Amino acid sequence: MTRLASPAELEQLRNYIVSQRRPDRQWVAICLGTGCRASGSEAVSAALRNALLERRLAAQIDVVEIKETGCQGFCERGPLLVIHPQNIFYQHVKPDDVEEIVEETLLGGRTISRLLYRNPESNEIVVKEHDIPFYRNQQRLLLAHSGEIDPTDIRDYIAVGGYSALPKALFTMRPDEIIDTIIQSGLRGRGGAGFPTGRKWRSCRNAPGDTKYVVCNADEGDPGAYMDRSIIESNPHSVLEGMIIGAYAIGSHQGYIYVRQEYPLAVKHFRRALEQAEEYGLLGHNILGSGFDFSVKINRGGGAFVCGESTALVASIEGKTGEPRAKHVHTVESGLWDCPTNLNNVKTWANVPHIINRGASWFASIGTENSKGTALFSLVGKVNNTGLVEVPMGITLRELIFNVGGGVSSGKAFKAVQTGGPSGGCIPRDLLDLPVDFESLTQAGSMMGSGGMIVMDQDTCMVDVARYFTAFLMDESCGKCVSCREGLVQMHRVLQGICEGKGRESDLALLQDLCDVVAGASLCALGTTAPNPVLSTLRYFGDEYRAHIHEKRCPAGVCKALITFQIITDKCTGCGACLRRCPQKAITGEKKQPHVIDQQLCIKCGVCRDVCKFDAVQVI
Amino acid sequence: MLIPVTINGRTIEVEKGTSILEAARRLNIYIPSLCYHEALAPYGACRLCQVEVESGGRKRLRTACEYPVLREGETVYTDSEPVLRMRKLVLELLLARCPDVPILRDMAAEMGLSQVRFETVGEPSQCILCGLCERVCNEVLGINAICFVGRGAKRHISTPYEANSEVCIGCGACAYVCPTGVIRIRDIDGRRHLRFWNTTVELASCRLCAEQFAPGPSLLTAQGRSSDLEDILTLCPTCRAERVRLQLAMAHKSK
Repeated sequence: MTRLASPAELEQLRNYIVSQRRPDRQWVAICLGTGCRASGSEAVSAALRNALLERRLAAQIDVVEIKETGCQGFCERGPLLVIHPQNIFYQHVKPDDVEEIVEETLLGGRTISRLLYRNPESNEIVVKEHDIPFYRNQQRLLLAHSGEIDPTDIRDYIAVGGYSALPKALFTMRPDEIIDTIIQSGLRGRGGAGFPTGRKWRSCRNAPGDTKYVVCNADEGDPGAYMDRSIIESNPHSVLEGMIIGAYAIGSHQGYIYVRQEYPLAVKHFRRALEQAEEYGLLGHNILGSGFDFSVKINRGGGAFVCGESTALVASIEGKTGEPRAKHVHTVESGLWDCPTNLNNVKTWANVPHIINRGASWFASIGTENSKGTALFSLVGKVNNTGLVEVPMGITLRELIFNVGGGVSSGKAFKAVQTGGPSGGCIPRDLLDLPVDFESLTQAGSMMGSGGMIVMDQDTCMVDVARYFTAFLMDESCGKCVSCREGLVQMHRVLQGICEGKGRESDLALLQDLCDVVAGASLCALGTTAPNPVLSTLRYFGDEYRAHIHEKRCPAGVCKALITFQIITDKCTGCGACLRRCPQKAITGEKKQPHVIDQQLCIKCGVCRDVCKFDAVQVI
Repeated sequence: MLIPVTINGRTIEVEKGTSILEAARRLNIYIPSLCYHEALAPYGACRLCQVEVESGGRKRLRTACEYPVLREGETVYTDSEPVLRMRKLVLELLLARCPDVPILRDMAAEMGLSQVRFETVGEPSQCILCGLCERVCNEVLGINAICFVGRGAKRHISTPYEANSEVCIGCGACAYVCPTGVIRIRDIDGRRHLRFWNTTVELASCRLCAEQFAPGPSLLTAQGRSSDLEDILTLCPTCRAERVRLQLAMAHKSK
């Protein structure tokens, strides 16, 4: 491939690629995102390849293209497979299903109802992907093409209109115009803090210095969050295109992508994207003949959560210990090697091509007054439709969890939703009608964060949740500030004590003091937001703390020291299932007679409750 | 450029970029700190030098060692109620980690902190993780023999892989700046022992009297940086003084 030397050549190439694709021809998109890979989609893809090859050799079938895409979002139902152009959506596909899919659907044109989505409420079968409530209730902008393109093939991205914002920016807009467009669009940083992106770009452009850097922060590290990872894995060029446009607007010729080493697929896809973009003349020297040079290097992070913080990330790229520094002089003025540096999150960069293509007012029409565009969440926890979702800002938590997410799994009552990653907060049922935007979540004691969303049901102990997140932050604090390092150790110890039934009256005041010092005296956002899990659970679930401390009782039945397992005599049929499975041999009883748990021997593992078919084991 | 800053009601003009801590010292206003040293870049780890900075009608807590005076009209309070409460809490946390460190106990007495409500988690430590040793070794001497290891509660300071350092020159600057005295140096049988770093270095002998007077690698490093010093650096302080005395005497005679 010779490098494209002008926008006209790029358009010519685009037309050629599109003309080579027959719209009527069948093709199969198999999700090879990390979630579906884990549930075995690689084997499905291989089986399908084999089956098609055999038939092609026997001339039974025309060429059917298989596209291995990135995350399609509905991880709960993986491995996922969508047949185009009909848009037939198959879920939980196993290699054994492949023969039938080829015979019935690809050759016979019939659907296989067993593999189709069935609406759990109406029991109605849904054939097409876009009719499934999970997808129908989303507004997919950044994820629009995730299920359709092969992330390792730049031609796929070009075919769906990719790299059309780049020539528009380079040839028809001045850098200041681009920045104005981004400012007018209202785009705010998607890394969590929500700083206006255009203003950041302008500060960096205006900062004195000849050498400037742009950085893509792909150091996503929240437990249960995989939005950035999925975008990179499924559509890396969209991020890259945003970076190139940003670099041109800011006046930078060197970019860095800081991505976690633990995201091997994301690293691989980014690498491939860089190679291909370079090969096609979309990156590197004299991009599309515009005279603008820009190259990008990939830096792999070692897995420290704190390196997602901008100054720690900068230190890490420089080869120093990943520790934050005070931001009295901002990174846009003095960042990497003391040069002006503009750092944005993966999702922020990926929004840029859309805004350039479709204009600031189009983007500003999505979302709320102060939070524009869409928000991505990885919806996890006790929710029916676990997966990656994209919704307009301002959607209520209720719509998000119940319409898109399909409600609470296990049929139990919704208790809380944790947003904003480990240092976010837990939002209770009363606030389910809260709109999802930067300000509302912060006011409720949580935050937007990078976009993790963990749904919890009535069986979740909120003190235990606070303990869990505090433990995570305690381990991930860099340890530089006394307040964060020692404060979190102490906070964890107090919470641990409460969970173990050693809580004292004075603990609540102690926790409040600890929250104040960790938030008030620490340097970076990791420390200043670390008390959120404790503060938000104290604010909304204070009764649970008091039950643990005063009554030595865990209302949710989670904290082992505070619960006992008992067999309800009336319900027990004496089937012996629990007796056989109890690892401690703590259960005794004659056949067909009610059994009894010896509390001295019981280790409260809960196996008896899990295996009982008669709901005869209760936790008190 | 000089910029005025008001601290506790007293105004002083300082060079732009001067830290609040430096400005306060010039006014003889005491702000406690443990990780600050005038020879080193500010680090902001101990969080004890909290002050309240009022700017544009908003008051915010800031660490005085790092916060630079950049614009006019900022008012600083070093002993307001929020400042004293925050400092006390930080010190209380440090004392939970290091209950027996004298400098902390002295500070506690000064601040009226009589009781530590937090339990020591794990082993009590003598090291407060201020990082002065690491910074003097790296910033001033350029040796980089020690660094922070691990993060969060597991953070400590050590040589790479906790092994005998191959680059340590045994100069002892780390022990000199350590505010708690946990880094000790012992010269025994021709070797300098830095137990805190699991490191020993050879002592060099005076070329005249053969007394083992200084760590060999320190002398070599100094010679490497200025070759004119070789003659002086191979003599122990006594012989060096003796030689200067003789040279002076001879110079006097030849006059």
